[in-house]
This record gives sequence, C-alpha cells and structure tokens, in this order.
Amino acid sequence: METTLDLSTLNLAVVLPELTLIVFAILVMAADVFATPKNPAPRQWTPWIALAGVVAAAIVNLSVSGREVTLFQGAAILDKFAVGLNYIILLATGLGILLSVKYIPRINKQVGEYYALTLLTATGMMMMGAALDLITLFLALEIFSLALYILSGLNRTSPRSTEAAIKYFLLGAFSSAFFAYGGALIYAGTGTTQYYGIAQVTAAGLANTPLLYAGIALLVAGFGFKVSLVPFHSWTPDVYQGAPTPVTAFMSVGTKAAAFAAFFRVMLVALPFSYGAWSMPLALLAVITMAVGNFAALQQRSLKRMLAYSSIAHAGYILTALAGGAAEGADAALFYLFTYAFMNIGAFAVVMALEEMGAEDAMQDRAKGLGKTHPIMAFLMAIFMFGLSGMPPLAGFYGKVLLFEAAVAGGMIWLAIAAVAFTAVGAVYYLRVIANMYFADPVDESADEVNRSLPLDVGLAIAVAGTILVGVFPGFWMNAFQQSMALFGG
Amino acid sequence: MSWPILFFILVGALSIATAVGVVSSRQPIHSALFLLVNFITLAIMYVSLEAQFLAAVQVIIYAGGIVILILFVIMLMGSEDVPVDRIDSSWASIAALGLGMLMAATLLYSFMADFLFQAEPNTLAGGAPYAIGMTLFTRYILAIEMVAILLLVALIGALLLARGPRTGPKTGAELHAEEEEADAAGTTIPYVDDETTVMAAAE
Repeated sequence: METTLDLSTLNLAVVLPELTLIVFAILVMAADVFATPKNPAPRQWTPWIALAGVVAAAIVNLSVSGREVTLFQGAAILDKFAVGLNYIILLATGLGILLSVKYIPRINKQVGEYYALTLLTATGMMMMGAALDLITLFLALEIFSLALYILSGLNRTSPRSTEAAIKYFLLGAFSSAFFAYGGALIYAGTGTTQYYGIAQVTAAGLANTPLLYAGIALLVAGFGFKVSLVPFHSWTPDVYQGAPTPVTAFMSVGTKAAAFAAFFRVMLVALPFSYGAWSMPLALLAVITMAVGNFAALQQRSLKRMLAYSSIAHAGYILTALAGGAAEGADAALFYLFTYAFMNIGAFAVVMALEEMGAEDAMQDRAKGLGKTHPIMAFLMAIFMFGLSGMPPLAGFYGKVLLFEAAVAGGMIWLAIAAVAFTAVGAVYYLRVIANMYFADPVDESADEVNRSLPLDVGLAIAVAGTILVGVFPGFWMNAFQQSMALFGG
Repeated sequence: MSWPILFFILVGALSIATAVGVVSSRQPIHSALFLLVNFITLAIMYVSLEAQFLAAVQVIIYAGGIVILILFVIMLMGSEDVPVDRIDSSWASIAALGLGMLMAATLLYSFMADFLFQAEPNTLAGGAPYAIGMTLFTRYILAIEMVAILLLVALIGALLLARGPRTGPKTGAELHAEEEEADAAGTTIPYVDDETTVMAAAE
C-alpha cells in the first residue's frame, strides 16, 4: 500500500470547481451572520452570493476543461465527463436558486443556511462524477443526500414536507447501507476500491466472483434508489410532492444527474468485465421502471406527483443507454440530463407559479383553461411538456434519440423498441396537460392568480431558451459531451 | 482448524447474535445494549488482527460515544415498547427473505472457500496509529477532506431543523439589535453578570 505522500498528486485543480462552491457556501453563511432584524440586508443578499458562486464555479469549470488528470492517488479524476456533469449540476443549482428567491423566505426564515446547503449539495453531486474510488463516491453520495434530506424538510410547518424529509431520510439511510455494503463486498472480492484497480483485477480473472456479483447487486440497489428505479422508487412521489417545489426542481435533476454519472462511471470503468452479469438485469430494471413510471403518471391528479412519476420513467430511459454498455451511452446520458435540466426545472417552475399561497402542490385542475387566463405561462408549460415527451425539434427529442441509439449500439434492440413504445405512452400524460390548458375551461375562477416574480421569470426564460436552443442546435451542445469518459485502458 | 480461526468463529457468532438482537429487540434500550456488545466484539476482532489502535478507537468512539448518545436519545424520548407491526406475508416479504437467504448463502460460500485455502488470517499491518495516519493523510486525503464537508452539512442541517420556524434562542446579532434599540429608546437592559456591574458592586 502506498503510504508516501506524493505532493504532485495533491494538485487541487481536480476539485477546483467544487472548492469554489464550498468557498461561496461559507461566504453565504458569513453574510447571514451579519443580518439583524433591523438590518436584514445581508440575509437578502445570500441568494445572489450563492448565484455568484454558481457562476464562478462555472467559469472555473470552463478553465479546467479540456484536461484529463487523475489525482489524489487515484481518488478522483477530472475529465470531460466530470466537467460535463459539473455544468449540468451548476445549471440545475443556478435555476434552483432563481426559483427559491421568493419562495423560500415564505416557508423558512433561515434562508442563509438554505443557500449554503444548496451549494454544498451541488458540491457533493459534482464529486459524484469526479470520484474514481468507491470511498470518494460514497462520501460524495452522503454529502448530497444528507443535505437533500434536510432541504426537503425545510417547511417545518407543513406536515407533508416533514413527512417527505423523514421518509427520504429513512429510506435513503437504508439505501446508503446497501451501497456501503456493496462497496465493501466489491472490495472483499477484488482487494481494491479504486475503479481502475477493480477493472484490472476482474480483467485478470483474479476476483472472487460470488462476492463481486453480490457487491454489484447491492451497489445497483443503492444507485437504483438514488435515481429512483422501480422497485426502489416508492419514496419519489411522496418526497417530490412534499418537498418545497424549488428543492424538488433542483433535486429531481441534480440527484439524477449525479447518481447516473457515478452509475455510468462505476459500471463502464470499474466493472466493464462483468458486463455479462449486469447488462440483462439492468435492461429488465429499465423496462419495469419505464412501465411503472409512465403508467402511474397517467393516473396522477397532482402535477408534482405526475412529474415525479415522469422522472421515474426518465430514469428508465437513461438506464437503457447504460444497459447497452457502450461508451457512447455515457455521452448520451450526459447530453440527455443536460436537456432534462432545462425541461424538468422549467416544468416545476410553472407548477410553482400555479401553486396557491401556502400549498406546496398544484392539481391537474389548476392547469385547466390556463391558455386563456395566462397565455404566457400556458405556452411555456406546453413547451416543457412537449420537450419532456420527446417531441422534435425540442431538446428532449435529440436526447432520447442518442439514448436509444446507445442501447442499440450495445446490441439491445428490443430494449430500444420498448423504450420508444413507452415514450409514446408517456406522451399521453404530457399532452393531457396541454389539452387541459388550451381546450378546457377554468375550474376555479377565484384561484387564477399565478405567483410570478422577476427571478422566477429569469429562470423560466433560461429554461425555455435551453429547451428550444438545445433542441434546434443539438450538434453545438453535443460537442461538450462527446467522448467524455476516460475509460479503462483508453 | 487453528486456534485463531476457532476464536474468530466464536467472536463472530457472538457478533452476529448481538446484531440480530439489535434489530429484533422490542425495547430500544435493549437494542442499544446489544449494539454495545456488538461494537465490543468488533473491537476484539481488531485486537486479534493486531490492530490495537483501531480496537481502542472502536471502543472509545463507538461503544463510548455513539452508544451513549443513543442512550441519551432513548432517555429523552422515553423507552416504551415499540409496537412491532407483524409484517403480513405478502410477496414482498417473501421475496426479501429469498434474496436475503441467497445473499447469505453467497457470502457464506465465498468466505468458507477463503478459509479452506487460507489457514492463518492476515494481520492488519495497518492497524497501528502510524500506519493509519500515513494512509489517511496520503492516500485518503481527499476522503478526509470530504468528511469535513459532510460534517459541515450535518452541522448546518441540525441547526436548520432544530431551531424550527421562528422559535428557539435568539442569535447574538438579534440580542445586539435589541440592545441598540433599547439604547436608542433610552432604556437599559438589565445586565446580570456584566463586568462593570460586578466591579461597581465590589466598590
């Protein structure tokens, strides 16, 4: 075991974007300390400091892109994949902060802590993509999970928010145990926790196969919980519905992006030589996930629950690319998650605007007649719904094409066909929202207020611009995610 | 079968028995005490692997710190019997049982295979403070720093959740603002232990 400190491996450039966010998280907390009841100004700056942190981290991320370095003695890596994931996480964080500016002070006065936690969550998520060691991975997972348990229970006066936090925490802790145990068994089976080391041992046929497979199974269960695959999905609708909507929006994209990035890296870098063992189970999980997600979403009355089940279905789509096992799958997943960030956060932003004061949810009925009462909101929602359903020329279409192509490239043609079929099922509930908005009469005339604010409008504008621009010019954006992962031996 | 293995099997059996006790006890306090014994058996295993430092850490932090914290929580929350709902034998619990058995069989098989080939357990050469320190602060330096962030998240989270909506003690800044307000209004907030009043009383 290496026990000398090689100073050249301590180059902090690998984690510079993460470090930037941590510094700004501390600045947010420092600013919050100076707020007094008489002079609450510093507390009102906190969202903008946090947003500045996100922008700064994005700039740092740009400056470190194009390199490929493995540092901290193989604990973390900076490659195109990690940089690409960082962009997605920062995008989701930035949009989440914009949605939070007016919303969070209504439900909890401690906004400073909220923004600090949001930035630290993003830090953990970004580390998920950079991790090259199961220990680093587990710590990154815990950092962002712990922060999200807390954020989902932010609304202390709402029983539903508290329930969401408790449920998420208990099930999340359980899944973390699965994850840790899986990692331990892989270590027992191969004698190392480093991805490249695991790949070397399995390639040489030196691994203890039963232990390795048991470890993989538990690891998949742990990941399955985080990205909400069926049958590990039962927390998703309740938590998405109960958590404050900006948190849900941020979480739905951030968790999925981070966990899928790590999932892809573990499977394709550490365990490519066990592909025969994990491809078929993952393909079956993908089919069940798409089926349950889409059919359950059809029956939801609440818009947030509908989006929750739709996010389960989307996890299934992304999993098809992983089950294919082709390296392009990772690029496709990153690109898809990039588009998903715009569409999904945009959809949640509209839901947030439709919520009545004090309620943390909006029903399908609320969308009825929106085309007449609030044409702009209805138009935006229509774009997000079309995008999520995968309608060309919007962003979701090209992302889905890439995902299913990756499944085909891995030889899973039947899986790609199933995924396309389920996409068609999914279109039904997205289009129903649009039909409700344009072809139904408003149900409740008195409740036709929408809660708009300048930051929310900015967030919506970014989301809709992304949904359209990425869809119209996919090639330009795709460059950022092509051949992104530094594969074993590659 | 050599003595170390026999010893390991005995301690291991005790460890598993206490672990079962933790999850099957109806009284939280019994669970906590089973956990204590479980931690101690683990410490004994560390000693048998010549990792005395780890054993000491295990006893001090886990048995000494964590279990005591758990006992405090039980003391504060009350330790009535937890109503254990019998889980009905639906397909889910049968499936869970099946998967659990499969898991146990897999592990048992592979560990037994290891035992047959390997007569003596390896000693943990890394169980001494020097080796642990060197490993933690070279190879796992990133992990150590990430633990710091994890603890920061936990700390902020505890503050955020425990203070609750607009209740709890006032912050220093709020107290300061109150003082300033009182000053502006020409009144004074009575001090109790302030240095000047103590000195004035002495004179």
